Amino acid sequence: MSENTQGLQGPPPEERPHPDGRRNSQGIRIDPEVEAEPDSRTAMISALVEHEPGVLARIAGLFSRRQFNIESLTVGPTTVEGNARLTLIVEEPEPGIDQAKKQLAKLKPVISVGELEGRPVRSELVLLKVNGDDPDKVQAVTEMYGGETLDAGPETITVQLTGEADEIEDALDAYRQFGIIEIARTGPTALARGSTPTTPGEKPAAEATAVGVETDGGSDSDGETGGDSAESQAETTN
Amino acid sequence: MSETAKSHPDADEESTAEDTTAEATTTEADDSATPVTDGSTAIVRALENGGVEHAFGVQGGAIMPVYDALWDSDIEHITMAHEQGAAHAADAYGVVANEPGIALATSGPGATNLVTGIADANMDSDAMVALTGQVPSDMVGSDAFQETDTTGVTMPITKHNWFAASADTIGDTVGEAFALSESGRPGPTLVDLPKDVSFEETDVEPGEPELPAGQEPPTEADDEQVEAAARAIERAEKPLLLLGGGVIKAEASETARTFAREHGIPVVTTMPGIGSYPEDDELCLSWAGMHGTGYANMAITHTDCLIGVGTRFDDRLTGGIDTFAPEAEVVHIDIDPAEISKNIHADYPCIGDAGTVLDQLTAEMEHEPDAREWREQCQTWKDEYPMDYSIDKDAPLRPEFIVEAFDEATDDDTIVTSGVGQHQMWASQYWEFTEPRTWVSSHGLGTMGYGLPSAIGARFAADDDQDVVCFDGDGSFLMTIQELSVAVRENLDITVAVLNNEYVGMVRQWQDAFFEGRHMASEYNWMPEFDKLAEAFGAKGWRVNDYDEVADTVEAALDYDGPSVIDFHIDPDANVYPMVASGAPNGKFALSEEQL
Repeated sequence: MSENTQGLQGPPPEERPHPDGRRNSQGIRIDPEVEAEPDSRTAMISALVEHEPGVLARIAGLFSRRQFNIESLTVGPTTVEGNARLTLIVEEPEPGIDQAKKQLAKLKPVISVGELEGRPVRSELVLLKVNGDDPDKVQAVTEMYGGETLDAGPETITVQLTGEADEIEDALDAYRQFGIIEIARTGPTALARGSTPTTPGEKPAAEATAVGVETDGGSDSDGETGGDSAESQAETTN
Repeated sequence: MSETAKSHPDADEESTAEDTTAEATTTEADDSATPVTDGSTAIVRALENGGVEHAFGVQGGAIMPVYDALWDSDIEHITMAHEQGAAHAADAYGVVANEPGIALATSGPGATNLVTGIADANMDSDAMVALTGQVPSDMVGSDAFQETDTTGVTMPITKHNWFAASADTIGDTVGEAFALSESGRPGPTLVDLPKDVSFEETDVEPGEPELPAGQEPPTEADDEQVEAAARAIERAEKPLLLLGGGVIKAEASETARTFAREHGIPVVTTMPGIGSYPEDDELCLSWAGMHGTGYANMAITHTDCLIGVGTRFDDRLTGGIDTFAPEAEVVHIDIDPAEISKNIHADYPCIGDAGTVLDQLTAEMEHEPDAREWREQCQTWKDEYPMDYSIDKDAPLRPEFIVEAFDEATDDDTIVTSGVGQHQMWASQYWEFTEPRTWVSSHGLGTMGYGLPSAIGARFAADDDQDVVCFDGDGSFLMTIQELSVAVRENLDITVAVLNNEYVGMVRQWQDAFFEGRHMASEYNWMPEFDKLAEAFGAKGWRVNDYDEVADTVEAALDYDGPSVIDFHIDPDANVYPMVASGAPNGKFALSEEQL
């Protein structure tokens, strides 16, 4: 190459010592012999946000530009006026889920972010339009899965189903025999079980019911058991 | 035309201005404060309440009410030639002054022209507030003349942005934007100002800038983490302190210096961290990364305990992730939790203010690490990989020689700004930096054209007796050269050193190394004669081809009281080394093209 032979003095790369250690693509030091990338997992994240214009765009934009894999997103009001709850399902290798939570928490309209670990209370609503040729059998399936018929005509029947993802998938399988014409799904939404707040520090609109409860969330996500006061004490001393 | 056009501030004006700042924070009934009658005056008053003394911008339709309100304000507005220049000037002003820089632009093209500068500030975590005009509220969404969805466009490149909804709240919104911009990890904010809201009557006076609720940054790190980190540092045999730009932003340079010296820990900086630690100090190995010194890259490759402070472990620093500090336990101190373990896993995450956490660490540490051999090893690397170059007086100019000539001719507190490219690397490699806020450059975004407008912004923030020198490349200079008109109009004492090789040199260097020397679109067959161009703008210009002209011309340019440009015609084949190829191990830095 032309005259570009100038350079600096010193031992060339092959004469320098190089450490044997390695990091994986997450920047974690690993044993090069047993190199393994962490598996992806699915996480349910609940975010309490100020319901202001553009907040959804900010969150969608964040997930898009940082290439976080988002499976579903639902939004709705909470007990506090001006707040909204977003429920997100994210699929990422472990450090990615943590990163998504931290990036979410950085957004100014985001008040609080929590991951719903353990067994949160979760449900999804599905509207399903099937072929109406065999109304009795459709009705039987609907009853079996605790659904509700919303519209029945000579050609189509529309039913509503609610439940967790597994139940809904089972139901959809059962409806397939009739011929599913259209589906609309809300995506799952969820709350933490028991008295554990769904996002850390979250309080209902009526301040009086949760005075002085400072939680740092996550540390005791299994709030199914235990009285409110005892748990509050434990959390306050945390 | 700037309504407050005057020569650059002299010492008296500076001190008066400082007094005003002090007053503004304590009293609302300040004589000089703008009375609030409408949205525009509320905006200006909010800036005054924040102690703003300078703003950079370009006039235009939708922002005219705000400019009109500046007519009676003590805030000095500098009219730039292009909004990109305004954004870079505001950014650099903020870096040097340690306060948010203010950039103003109108709607549509004014706002979109700011975008590069906002993105630049965002990547480098620089405090800046952009105020953009917008079409009247009832026309928003109608594709009106000069309408752009500015909050939409700037959403990914601001800490937060606001669409101003009413004149009653607009002042406090601007205050929030100001406070948020400089708090915690700094960054740009933007308020979009519809023209009807700026015109709307109000008598609501904004208060002092206040952070939005829930945005208070962390200060102290978790005690248990600090304790664990202290133990890790104590038992390390090869500890290394890595100081990033966050150290400077946190005003923690002194604390970091004390920490390193007390515990005998060698220091490398990142490129934005240049100036946090004096490069002439024995413990200092200068900066690591793609074009960092060989000894810094050796140290960062072999350390067993890397203490990263205020750094985001950018890919230009780490090289290949798999081989970055592969034997090191990592202590990561950062005020932004989202930077912890983002690129490099932190074994000891310490979330908090850089200075506060370093003090916590010092308080916790019981003894210094036993690192005598390691310090000697670092010195050996300094000897093995010197940043030396040789000069042939009959050959074309070496760029390193020019950088060193300026360094020798100026004081330690001289502010160096740069564009982006080879010249930027030579400037940062061969200038010996000793003070924070003296190196002003575009690091994360790599914005060619940053040099001249940032020198203008830096000049307004600098002390009068501080020199401001801009190193630029021919390609980079040409991108924002119109701002020379501003430097002349404002009679700014800045010196631009163009390291002219008639190439987009960094691209040419990569083409030689990785594209078989095919100089596609990197070769300029003709460059303007920058000395004459400078004169046409009304600045002083020189052209230098030979070594024996360098010292005298540098002296003359520095002595000249106004903007000056020296067009140095350097060796067109000069390249930047050391170089870590993209994604390669830092420890395998090349010292010449053959090693790439």
